[in-house]
Amino acid sequence: MRLRALGFVVVVATVAAFPAAFGVYPVKLLQEILIWGVFAMSLDFLMGYGGMVSFGHSAFFGIGAYVAAFALQGSPGALAGLAAPALAAAAAALVIGFFSIRVSGVYFIMLTLAFSQMFYAYAFQAAWLGAEDGIVGVPRVVVLGLDTAQPTAFHLYLVGLVTLAALVLWRAVRSPFGHVLRGIHENEARMEAVGYPVSRYKLLAFVVAGTVAGVAGALYTQFNGSISPDAFFWTTSGEALLMVIIGGTGTLGGAMLGSAAFILLQSLVSSYTERWMLILGATFILFVLFAPGGLVGALRGRVGLHA
Amino acid sequence: MPFIPDFFGQALNGLAYGVLLFLLSVGLTLIFGMLDVVNLAHGSFYMLGVYAGLTLIAATGSFWVALLLAPLAVGLVGALVERGLLRPLYRRPTLDQVLLTFGLIYLFEDLVKWIWGGRIRSIPPPALFAGSVTLGDATLPSYRLFVIAFGLVMALALWLLIEKTRLGAIIRAGVFDAEMAAGLGINTDRMFTGVFAFGAALGGLSGVIAGPIQSAYPSVGVTILIPALIVVVVGGLGSLKGSLVGSLIIGQAETFGKAWLPGVSMLMIYVVMALIVLLRPQGLFGRQLK
Repeated sequence: MRLRALGFVVVVATVAAFPAAFGVYPVKLLQEILIWGVFAMSLDFLMGYGGMVSFGHSAFFGIGAYVAAFALQGSPGALAGLAAPALAAAAAALVIGFFSIRVSGVYFIMLTLAFSQMFYAYAFQAAWLGAEDGIVGVPRVVVLGLDTAQPTAFHLYLVGLVTLAALVLWRAVRSPFGHVLRGIHENEARMEAVGYPVSRYKLLAFVVAGTVAGVAGALYTQFNGSISPDAFFWTTSGEALLMVIIGGTGTLGGAMLGSAAFILLQSLVSSYTERWMLILGATFILFVLFAPGGLVGALRGRVGLHA
Repeated sequence: MPFIPDFFGQALNGLAYGVLLFLLSVGLTLIFGMLDVVNLAHGSFYMLGVYAGLTLIAATGSFWVALLLAPLAVGLVGALVERGLLRPLYRRPTLDQVLLTFGLIYLFEDLVKWIWGGRIRSIPPPALFAGSVTLGDATLPSYRLFVIAFGLVMALALWLLIEKTRLGAIIRAGVFDAEMAAGLGINTDRMFTGVFAFGAALGGLSGVIAGPIQSAYPSVGVTILIPALIVVVVGGLGSLKGSLVGSLIIGQAETFGKAWLPGVSMLMIYVVMALIVLLRPQGLFGRQLK
């Protein structure tokens, strides 16, 4: 346990100090990995622990991203850059979750997917959101007197929030709430019979996951300085899902690992060959077929550890 | 846009689009009914149909040959996917199969880009239906009327196949309870492959038919999947009748949305879906949700 905490601190410190030793491009890659990693972790929380495989998680990523873009143009404070996107994503997750958790399995997949596409359809045509071009020229947040337009400040702000998100999810998974959630995942009928308000637990998990996804979206807007309707498109959810599966479902850390694998594969392979989608698709299929535990599962198997 | 004069023409356009959606979604719903899998790569089968059609037309010069052979080619791809990739997953949760079909999207999209290039393509309509027709005060391409007729004939043929033939009875038995069907001596292995291939072929067929109306590009698979999924949600999973009725409703909603509410037209089909799901969560003709 103590070893694990120490390892976590070392990783965070290394990531935080990364720009001191590397140039602009590697830092950009790292930041992208971190942001997508948070998004993927929130999805892993939902599917790996809550047992709810969603193809509509991009709805909350997109809402966080758009609210941040819109609000930051008005005033670049922490309220606009962080609180408003998180709250908006939470509210949306509450509504979408309320309807979606009434069904499960493939119905849940299709319903969440349709909900996220609804936001895509709206954003694609809404003039006040820049329609299909989206919102560009978004300023970065000024938080505690720190202007994150400055690269180092942004990196530290990003690493701080990513760490916080990881700790929140990690704590949630290990809390009594997390145990009940896993119980529901294992056997919903039994948990219901024992007397747990199953729907309320599932809805809360959905809202927590949506909120964290909203924070990831807000970070993504500031990372790029812009946002387009593609953030809502269902393949954005699919990409996060790919990361979770490649990293290892139900491990949280695996989602971050999967994000790293996905983004490195995308940027490295695409610099050698145009066929990176083919390689990505094949890699994913191989993982589903032969390594359902993902990278983390494969590593655990190697050293004889079991979750 | 004029309100009344256009109504009839719009309704016909909506019908043509609805029929296209039916051809696309019926394969999706058949595969779901049999295998309990939402085939997220169904849009990819549609796309493969368009591109296979383009190649066949270039090779033979005939739209009709393409219409016959392209679905067979796509069906073959479907059979290979079922045998090689899905079959090993039958002992696992069905969600693993859904995830696998998501990976296939990337594979097919890049393969198409590789073989045919990334630019936007469309299939030229057959010479027989290259002109336009005036019906009342609406003028529309005669190909659209062909699409409507073809789709309705296909719907009838599928209904006859599934409800009135021995093969159809076997398929219905498999949809109802595959394990029981196996116990009664039906070769469910072959049936699963057959239904998946047939569903894929229908996806390919819808691609060829849609080719002269809707443009195709390598990522069309992820776009076209959405209205097909909405049709299936509206009509009810695994229901042939639901697929037809859902398609016709969504076809009209989309077409009239574009004409009357251009600012928010893309939202129309979701509004329709939301209303139906709120009233009947299992869709219009779906089985009661478990």
